[in-house]
Amino acid sequence: MKFGVVVFPGSNCDDDTVGVLQAMDQDVIKLWHKDTDLQGCDFIILPGGFSYGDYLRSGAIARFSPIMEKVIEHANNGGYLLGICNGFQVLVEAGLLPGVLLRNDFQKFVSKNIYLKTISNNALLTNGLDLNKAYKIPVAHADGRYFADAKTVQELINNDQILFKYCDKNGDISDETNLNGSIENIAGICNANRNVFGMMPHPERAADPMLGNIDGLEILQQIVGEILV
Amino acid sequence: MENQEVLPTVETAKKLGLLPEEFDKIKVILGRTPNFTELSIFSVMWSEHCSYKNSIVWLKTLPKDSPRMLAKAGEENAGVVDLGDGIGCAFKIESHNHPSALEPYQGAATGVGGINRDIFTMGARPIAQLNSLRFGNLDNPRTKWLVKGVVKGIGDYGNAFGIPTVGGEVYFDECYNINPLVNAFSAGILKAGKIASAISYGVGNPVFIVGSATGKDGIGGASFASEDISSKSSEKLPAVQVGDPFQEKLLLEASLEIIDADCVIGIQDMGAAGIICSTSEMSAKGEHGMEIDLSKVPTRQPNMKPFEILLSESQERMLIVVEKGKEHIAKKIFDKWDLNCEQIGVVTDSKRLRFYQDGELVADVPADDLVLGGGAPVYHREYREPAYFQEFKKFKIDSIADVSDKEEIKSVAKHLLSHPNIASKKWIAQQYDSTIGRANRNTNAPSDAAVVQVHGSEKSIVITVDCNSRYVNADPEEGCAIAVAEAARNITCAGGEPVAITNCLNFGNPYVPEVYWQFVGAIKGMKKSCEAFGTPVTGGNVSFYNQSSDEGPVFPTPTIGMLGLMEKPDNMMTLDFKEDGDLIYLIGENKNDINSSEYLYSYRKTKGSPAPYFDIEAEKSVQETVKNLILGKAIQSAHDISDGGLFVTLAESSMNRQLGFSIKSDVSLRQDAFLFGEAQSRVVVSVSGTQQETFEKIMSEANAPAKFLGKVTKENFVIDSETIMTCGSAIELYEGTLPSYLA
Repeated sequence: MKFGVVVFPGSNCDDDTVGVLQAMDQDVIKLWHKDTDLQGCDFIILPGGFSYGDYLRSGAIARFSPIMEKVIEHANNGGYLLGICNGFQVLVEAGLLPGVLLRNDFQKFVSKNIYLKTISNNALLTNGLDLNKAYKIPVAHADGRYFADAKTVQELINNDQILFKYCDKNGDISDETNLNGSIENIAGICNANRNVFGMMPHPERAADPMLGNIDGLEILQQIVGEILV
Repeated sequence: MENQEVLPTVETAKKLGLLPEEFDKIKVILGRTPNFTELSIFSVMWSEHCSYKNSIVWLKTLPKDSPRMLAKAGEENAGVVDLGDGIGCAFKIESHNHPSALEPYQGAATGVGGINRDIFTMGARPIAQLNSLRFGNLDNPRTKWLVKGVVKGIGDYGNAFGIPTVGGEVYFDECYNINPLVNAFSAGILKAGKIASAISYGVGNPVFIVGSATGKDGIGGASFASEDISSKSSEKLPAVQVGDPFQEKLLLEASLEIIDADCVIGIQDMGAAGIICSTSEMSAKGEHGMEIDLSKVPTRQPNMKPFEILLSESQERMLIVVEKGKEHIAKKIFDKWDLNCEQIGVVTDSKRLRFYQDGELVADVPADDLVLGGGAPVYHREYREPAYFQEFKKFKIDSIADVSDKEEIKSVAKHLLSHPNIASKKWIAQQYDSTIGRANRNTNAPSDAAVVQVHGSEKSIVITVDCNSRYVNADPEEGCAIAVAEAARNITCAGGEPVAITNCLNFGNPYVPEVYWQFVGAIKGMKKSCEAFGTPVTGGNVSFYNQSSDEGPVFPTPTIGMLGLMEKPDNMMTLDFKEDGDLIYLIGENKNDINSSEYLYSYRKTKGSPAPYFDIEAEKSVQETVKNLILGKAIQSAHDISDGGLFVTLAESSMNRQLGFSIKSDVSLRQDAFLFGEAQSRVVVSVSGTQQETFEKIMSEANAPAKFLGKVTKENFVIDSETIMTCGSAIELYEGTLPSYLA
């Protein structure tokens, strides 16, 4: 599997993402937003950051970058695509994932460890994760409140597209454990074809034993070693 | 040139903040009367902010050398130290007090931008930021507005720029009601042989301005920062700059790329005094001149006057001198990042700066005469011991009743844990991205100083900002010596070795002899302590005029930013108790001392007392001992005693894992001194059963004493068998305080 991490102007988690994949002995390259060639990458990652400053609306401009045409084509052909944080915001802006990401309900940026519960194993990203475990993963965002209309949410549920929800350290999911007011506590989803993933928390920031937490590594290990069909 | 306008008089000079004798000096330097543009140039370059004219005499007495020094104080935009294995660390702290007092959001944001540019202009990639913030009384609505604005400004800029904020300090006192202090620290990593220099030479080499366009924001910011804050200050709003972290991120990447491309002679960021500061400092350093065509500078609006373009402090800009013939390399890199990159002039051998607009010479000044170390004025200011100093010294501990019983201890304990100076700063810290860069080793393991991994090596940098300004006010010399010692203690407790400091010297008006006395005392104390800990001063900045016409000067606040080094990952030490049953010891000696403690100041409301007990030799022994205990794997935790005394230290060590403690008090001391006194050079450590033997062995050879205090317990805070509070109620107070004021 060859990974491509897209660098938009203002992306700032590209080095982290590349660094972790390299530490996992993966073949990974950066893809410049002005390019129009995915260079044979099988798995594309849109990293976190503030693409184009997020000045209009988080992720709204990045989707017009030249590379995105190829990324969308790749996804529509069934290629794997993961958006983390700002990358998730770009994916919903590009229409590759349903819903929107609104300002956190407490109206501020938040950086801290949160806990994630895996809701479905039926996706490459969550395939081997423990449904009973609360994964401790850092978040860092201001616009992370997932929202979709009732019909879309019902579709997400019916199609088993909800991958992660915010929970507490015991794995309990409730209004109290909802980090930012996301509908249904949603922290990560996939598309109906199960090849496009989006999540607000940053697994790449919890993937090094030196930092005392490798829960994120467990998540990233799911996407490693699978070859695109 | 002289015929184009009416030449300015000494009155104009005074309005621009120059002294009459400075105006005369300018006339001698030029051999004629300056025109308005030239006078503006001198007024900003000779402001305190750029020239250090009122402080340099004393700054030069500070130690600035060590075998690790790659760029010493005053040589470059920031100091650089050698971390070994070809890794260098550039680090610096800088103030943005005056802009933040008027426009907290932009003031703080551009402070973050400015300090990071100082780091990456040297070719270092920033990896961690800290900040030291001081505000007035938190009951005051204006203070709340300032706190919220400053925190949002730091967060929005730093988060988008993408460098983690890994620690800092926040302190509240009425003396900062009008003048808050916003000090921002950044540290970056470079290859030891690859330091980019702020220099210009080589006749004919092109001079480029890169990054954002130049606007009218921040004109005269440097001279504005060199005045007292008054009600008229808000009329100077255009002197506050506006930040764009997105541009800064692009500028970071483009700057590091061009520095790596082997085509740069010199590069300097544009902070205070914009184009004129960078052109003059780079030229003076390289002993060359420049001819600059101001018409070529990309501007945000038409018809900007020469002095506006020269003095503008528009953010996210750099001046780069490129090797002739390699212009295309520069162009290509800045094109890639969609940033302006305009050639605005060439290097000459004249040692003069000649500025043109539309073909006309608008200013012609010698570079060297503008800068520190060249022709900029240097003053020995008068200083005088203020009356309060001796008054404070008269304080006798017996004039204060000791805590009478356990009920009063409970009441003091509650007061301290819920005091904004001591309570958790999580409400603030969580608005800063602290995990980006996947290098912050404190996310899951708190320690006294921030530990940040250097990728690609086993090393970590250990960084902290410290200054208890109440101590400095009580005794500038002793208080500043304590600030350095506390920084070193924090680094030692985290498992690092102190290496060097940067300082941010926040004081009142230097023309007031009593204020200048505080400055002189602080420098003396800093010198003493830096020599004792082998930590030279690599640079920093001076911020005078932190005073208002109504309320006088702020506490003298020489913020110390210290860099430490941790060679091996497992040398890291954390501050939290680990397990029920572990033994608790104090390294160092308790004293019958409550001087300048938070307890005495805000609970007993006694504002005047000397600095707390401090003995520099004892401090060194304690730090040496703690270091040996960490290296010997003989302790589970180390946390120094500072604000709030022993009780607060024990509480902080307990709360992270929701544990408790049970200790016996020292009957030879007053209860309040034992529990809440802030005598220096003390560290609380915890020791597991299996470590006890090693611990005792190391202590038997140590120069510092250890005293057994008690044990880590499941949940209650117990003193002499009486429960003072549960850990849960302590957490509620500790975590709940700032939100109760600010949420």
